[in-house]
Amino acid sequence: MINVTIDGIKTSVPEGSTILKAAESIGVKIPTLCNHPDQAVKGNCRVCVCEVEGSRLLSAACVMPVWEGMAVKTRTPKVVEARKTILELILSNHPQDCLNCIRNQNCELQTLAEEYFIRDNPFSQKTRGMAKDYSTPALFRDPDKCILCRRCVEACSVVQSVNALGLDQRGHHAMVVPTMGWDLIDSPCVMCGQCIHACPVGAIGEVEEIDRLLAAIADPDTVVVTQIAPAVRVAIGEEVGLATGDMPMDVFAAGLRQIGFDYVLHTNFTADLTILEEGNELLKRLQEGGTLPMFTSCSPGWINFCETFYPDLLDNLSTCKSPQQMFGALAKTYWAEKSNIDPAKIYSVSIMPCTAKKYECSRPEMNDSGFRDVDLVLTTREIGRLFRMSGIDFDKLAGSHFDSWMGAYTGAAVIFGASGGVMEAALRTVYEVVTGQTLENVNFEVTRGIQGIKEAEVDLNGTVVKVAIANGLSNARQLMDEVRAGTSPYHFIEIMACPGGCIGGGGQPITKSNAKRVERINQIYVEDEACEIRKSHENPEVKAIYEEFLHEPLGHQSHHLLHTHYTAKNKKVL
Amino acid sequence: MSYKGIIARYAEVPGGIIEAFHAVEKEFSFLPEEAIAEAARVFKVPAAEAYGVASFYSMFSTETRGKNIIRLCESAPCHIAGAAEVVAALEKELGIRMGESTNDGLFALEFTECVGQCQATPVITINSKPYLDVTPDIIPNILAEYK
Amino acid sequence: MAEEMRIVLRNYGKIDPLNIDEYIAAGGYKALEKAKGMNQIDLIEEVKKSNLRGRGGAGFNCGQKWFFANQANADQKYVVCNADEGEPGTYKDRLIMQGDPQSVLEGMAVCAYAIGANKGFIYCRGEYPYVVDILNQAIDQAKAKGVLGDFDIEVRMGAGAYVCGEETALIESIEGHRGEPRFKPPFPGVEGLWGKPTIINNVETFANIPVIVEKGADWYASIGAPSYPGTKVLTLTGDINNKTFFEVPTSTTIKEVVYELGGGVAGGKKFKAVQIGGTSGGFIPESLLDTTISFDAMSAIGATLGSGAVFVMDETRDMVDVVSKITKFFEHESCGKCAPCREGTARMNELVGKIKGGQGSSADITLLKKLGGVMSIACLCGLGQAAPAPVLTTLGHFAADYEDKLV
Repeated sequence: MINVTIDGIKTSVPEGSTILKAAESIGVKIPTLCNHPDQAVKGNCRVCVCEVEGSRLLSAACVMPVWEGMAVKTRTPKVVEARKTILELILSNHPQDCLNCIRNQNCELQTLAEEYFIRDNPFSQKTRGMAKDYSTPALFRDPDKCILCRRCVEACSVVQSVNALGLDQRGHHAMVVPTMGWDLIDSPCVMCGQCIHACPVGAIGEVEEIDRLLAAIADPDTVVVTQIAPAVRVAIGEEVGLATGDMPMDVFAAGLRQIGFDYVLHTNFTADLTILEEGNELLKRLQEGGTLPMFTSCSPGWINFCETFYPDLLDNLSTCKSPQQMFGALAKTYWAEKSNIDPAKIYSVSIMPCTAKKYECSRPEMNDSGFRDVDLVLTTREIGRLFRMSGIDFDKLAGSHFDSWMGAYTGAAVIFGASGGVMEAALRTVYEVVTGQTLENVNFEVTRGIQGIKEAEVDLNGTVVKVAIANGLSNARQLMDEVRAGTSPYHFIEIMACPGGCIGGGGQPITKSNAKRVERINQIYVEDEACEIRKSHENPEVKAIYEEFLHEPLGHQSHHLLHTHYTAKNKKVL
Repeated sequence: MSYKGIIARYAEVPGGIIEAFHAVEKEFSFLPEEAIAEAARVFKVPAAEAYGVASFYSMFSTETRGKNIIRLCESAPCHIAGAAEVVAALEKELGIRMGESTNDGLFALEFTECVGQCQATPVITINSKPYLDVTPDIIPNILAEYK
Repeated sequence: MAEEMRIVLRNYGKIDPLNIDEYIAAGGYKALEKAKGMNQIDLIEEVKKSNLRGRGGAGFNCGQKWFFANQANADQKYVVCNADEGEPGTYKDRLIMQGDPQSVLEGMAVCAYAIGANKGFIYCRGEYPYVVDILNQAIDQAKAKGVLGDFDIEVRMGAGAYVCGEETALIESIEGHRGEPRFKPPFPGVEGLWGKPTIINNVETFANIPVIVEKGADWYASIGAPSYPGTKVLTLTGDINNKTFFEVPTSTTIKEVVYELGGGVAGGKKFKAVQIGGTSGGFIPESLLDTTISFDAMSAIGATLGSGAVFVMDETRDMVDVVSKITKFFEHESCGKCAPCREGTARMNELVGKIKGGQGSSADITLLKKLGGVMSIACLCGLGQAAPAPVLTTLGHFAADYEDKLV
């Protein structure tokens, strides 16, 4: 242990601790901007500078390790002047656009500007004058707002191994840009949106489409139908001042009806359906010698990644559409027929934790219903904005039911929202299908948690099935390289593009640390436990759709509506 | 020689991407996008990173430029020795502004930082060859060597 | 009367730099032989005792630095020669490399033996391709002669980035990255090139080594200023009669350099200021010319010895005009990694430009001082920390030049 004195307070901290960590441990808050709890230390914003006794230079608290006897002062006039000046410098090159910014009131720079009462910035206002990049249907970039902290670059490279972002030029002209300075769409970007969570300001965000929803709601001839993805509920509360997991599903549904949705249905329904289709697809591949390991296909960021970086492994991908797109195809066929609604009048909106879903719904092949299967994808954050705009008081709102035919779901669908959930849900069903026995303990703990790569073996009547689970694309890359090299021992691999799975998706409430992701994961399993039915094949509405419409998993209708194909992206450079 | 061949020569040099870029520039006067992408492949770094390297160093250009690169120092010692007049003379003689290339693709004109020949200011270099004690009236003769 | 004393330039102009035999005939590679006969720690102790301090600008005790790398446990260590001479007005490393390249190789080889390295790099600035050619020829000759033993040296070329003179930025550049400085600690001696213990010394520092080994620490320590012994190669530019270079003991005063060696201000004009150490050096007025050029004496007056560039300005020069070129330089050369340097260098250039253009107010002067003060203590590396020095020292010593232009 190392003895240090911070602002007169003596403490001992482990060797190798930074000033920042040491200060945190005794409740001394040092401001930071480029620092990110789950990333490598950057030390580039210099907002955390402190005085160290005996040193002429100020030290950046986030990087400077403590030494025996070190005396640090974090609040001297010299320190405050330096921090304020640095903030003024950053702000003088940052658009004074807070009121119109997607990160208004949720911006680390804005918070610091408030804390350091920046009033009359002595530096003249001068921004880069860069155009915004709206080239992708999912993400926009506003390079003028970038403060060069490089957290997005690390998210894209280290966490996701996509490497769509890098630096351009140097000095005052330095910028974060997509590959070669191109538009984002031309880079290898997979639209996972992890850069949004990494960004301390509003330099990257989701393409907002709330107005399109409001127009549909305003049109009396349009029937607005919505689906809610499994990961949304645990996080939506964070958008409206509730704790993680604190929004009951029926209250959430009621809130959506208040906004003006005509029918509230559930992606959980097609999550259960996915288990039937995908589980049977796996069994078929195992029995008939199909391409193995089979990869899950629920995560559109992952699909983009596979199509971009592993086009040689597309046959390993399950042909199952994601639950969102299965839902879309069924809403305008099966559900429209059951509900006696003209599918041409249906406006199908999905509420997703995901930015890549915005791209997925726009894929040209996603029109098997005869219409655009899903018309609009809104992220959890966008729905949060709608809720706040609508002034709904969720404490006083009475719950509401979900609408019929595609609104029932099981605990197995709920856990789709967390990494390992699809695997666990599949195992719950596959086990019973193969063994014909009832699974007494449905909890496959080994598949759970935020750990990057998890693996398990399941004995199905003597056949050992090896499975692996990865969340975060760098982890996926490890498994894919094994598959490509022919050394992968697995039969079935679940991959979610985002760390922690969909609960950490690019469209979720801004998530500054993995600790928040863990909190959401825990809530997912609380919800699963609370479900009466926890196996997908026991979902009564799923049983009904097979009886009345699909007839059998992997059947003719399923093939037409629920399965898809993949195409290599052929990006110019990676 | 093609950029692929040039870059391949450095494939075994650890961190040799900058050396490879120098070699490509020598041939092409700038770094074409394809060459940056090729270097990224050869040195096993993402293209976004290779581009970041290419755009960092001021001797490299990611845009086309003239064959003979005239660089003019305007650091303080050259400045007080009359670098501004040399700039004006070069711009007039070539009919282009600093940072531009001539239409015939023969010359590019750019500022550089000190080139380390300060015993004889102001200094210009053409393709890194220094010309010392430059005055406006000797510029046509210097340029004639490259026409 | 100030006199030259040539240690690092001992062979300059006397031998054919491209003929290793002439270097050997002049006593070259004897020091390496002697060094290899010594225990490594004794050798390092000798270098430490000579009190040779780095000639690159930071002035750290060379032997002490070597000791850290010697003590580091690693399968691979590196010796790097910093030949990224980029300070405007400086060309002393070029002189050494062009005039006596083997002396640099020999110094590196001594270091390699001392710390236990078998691989060296010379990072030469991209503006000197003709020097790179000389170095490569010198290395080929040394290899052919076998004088370097198993020590291999490779030349790498910079590509126009002043910041790569900063040792960790230089490491990044050799590794093929953007030349952005790393945070220290860890220092390169512990974790440097490709994460391995690495000694980085300036060309001039290495050129001193063979002589120190040969003639002994006591001899070297007795030359020049005791706290920064030895000689320094100075390059004289600007409004000075003798626009040339000199190697002098570090006890020489600035006045001797300017008036005796330099022959005084050109054109019979009066002296106004001298900037020493390169473009980040402080501006020195006439009243301080009795200061010696040694590292600590210069620090004491808020100036630096730095690279040894001596840039003289006569009475007709406007400090704001000169400084405006310097602030433009730093705006261009900031790597952009840390916020106070990236934004600060640009703002400094903007403010000086505003004052130069007759648009500035006293508030701008106040702001310049505040900005300069913050940058000098808060920036990540030496570039940003030193960039305000020319502005702050001219504001201090030549305030009238600014005030005359205010609105």
